Amino acid sequence: MIEFNNVSKTYPNGVKGLSNINLKIEEGEFVVIVGLSGAGKSTLLRSINRLIEISDGEILIEGKSITKAKGSELRRIRRDIGMIFQSFNLVKRSSVLRNVLSGRVGYHSTLRTILGLFPKEDVDLAFDALDRVNILEKAYSRATELSGGQQQRVSIARALAQEAKIILADEPVASLDPLTTKQVMNDLKRINQELGITTIVNLHFIDLAREYATRIIGLRAGEVVFDGPVSEATDEKFSEIYGRPIKKDELLEVEV
Amino acid sequence: MMSTQPQKRVIPEPPSKLKTYFTFFIILLLIFGSAIQTNTSITELIAGFPNMMDLLVQMVPPNWSYFGKIVPAMLETIRMALLGTTFGAIIAIPIALFSASNIVKNTWVFYPVRFILNLIRTIPDLLLAAIFVSIFGLGPLPGILALTIFSIGLVAKLTYEAIEAIDPGPMEAMTSVGANKIQWIFFGVIPQVLPHYISYVLYTFEVNIRAAAVLGLVGAGGIGLYYDRTLGFFEYDKTSSIIIFTLVVVLIIDFISTKLREKLI
Repeated sequence: MIEFNNVSKTYPNGVKGLSNINLKIEEGEFVVIVGLSGAGKSTLLRSINRLIEISDGEILIEGKSITKAKGSELRRIRRDIGMIFQSFNLVKRSSVLRNVLSGRVGYHSTLRTILGLFPKEDVDLAFDALDRVNILEKAYSRATELSGGQQQRVSIARALAQEAKIILADEPVASLDPLTTKQVMNDLKRINQELGITTIVNLHFIDLAREYATRIIGLRAGEVVFDGPVSEATDEKFSEIYGRPIKKDELLEVEV
Repeated sequence: MMSTQPQKRVIPEPPSKLKTYFTFFIILLLIFGSAIQTNTSITELIAGFPNMMDLLVQMVPPNWSYFGKIVPAMLETIRMALLGTTFGAIIAIPIALFSASNIVKNTWVFYPVRFILNLIRTIPDLLLAAIFVSIFGLGPLPGILALTIFSIGLVAKLTYEAIEAIDPGPMEAMTSVGANKIQWIFFGVIPQVLPHYISYVLYTFEVNIRAAAVLGLVGAGGIGLYYDRTLGFFEYDKTSSIIIFTLVVVLIIDFISTKLREKLI
């Protein structure tokens, strides 16, 4: 469970990123966060694993405060949270396998990991993860040789190898074409359902949000303006979140 | 529609060229000033011309039989460059990491480290060699030490600039998987910067071969000692054979190193 208690974030330049957020996200949920760019979606997501420091309030992960955690305790909490980025954030020159194994570093001693001596179970885990996202045959390719959609699946495999209990995906499909978008979203959904991993995704396509989410959270100017199941997220509600009628380019509209 | 527009156009004033003229004038002044202060004169250059020709004539033909005698010294030069580059390149790694602002975010760390690095790079390698000769005596050791210090300055400077230019994405990803700082560096930073680093080390090796060839002038080992000796005895045919030998070795090493570096990046 992820709990936000009165969380606020003010950037050094005075911009308010988040204001007084109170949320509870239960285990196994598939939450999609929607809102205009600059509404605070990324800030909200990145505050969960503290890639962004909040200025007020507290965030609890499985009852433990990540806000107060330091050093190894912080790293231990982060180890359980996988993250998927818009630009994949893989080491392009390294092999796919090494990129996936990098998700395992939190489990072993520094010396062992820097020498690349991952135990066999870890390598098996990495292969399993690659198999789950259907790119097992690419294990020994360099990340840069893969297409965008394949690279994003490698980064999902990294989060899986990490044995994460929570996956945060920050605009995971923003740099992909509509078809690959569907494949990546399907992978995330399948993993959520089969492994019960709590998944939180930032999206700006409304129809994608409706199709995949079990719960939608709408942000506007750093505040939660909608929080409910997909059935309640009507076009009118979206217009409220966006502060204007929905535009055509906010729909993906692709049949697979 | 076009014809209804007013006929009068306001052409903006061109910017003043005064600054360009002034800069040009200052540069001219500096060049002439330097010439006067150092007593440089064209007539002296012309007067010295026959001497130059004399020297060239005496250098031809080179004394080919001298090659055999200087091979050990040439090998020593290469070994000095190799050792100096290796030691310098290893020591440069932590220094480069501590100089990069995206690795060490504390300005109290990376500014002082960079300052020391800049200080090292201001000392010419020949001066370093002379200092080490006065400490350790004649021989290749002071030469190797001088090249080590020189290599640290060069490799660390180029590498930390390469580190600062890498993609922050993988580093962010390593933070998010719960890596500690050392794991973060080994998985997020090193794979990205390694080809650049190797390329800089090879380049430094090229520079060091050339530098090592003259270190002997101050008694720090290598082929330079023979330049000094042959010039002192007016054996210009031998000097020219040393120059040709050095040229060939430097060209071969430059060629190999350049080819390797092309493959890397």
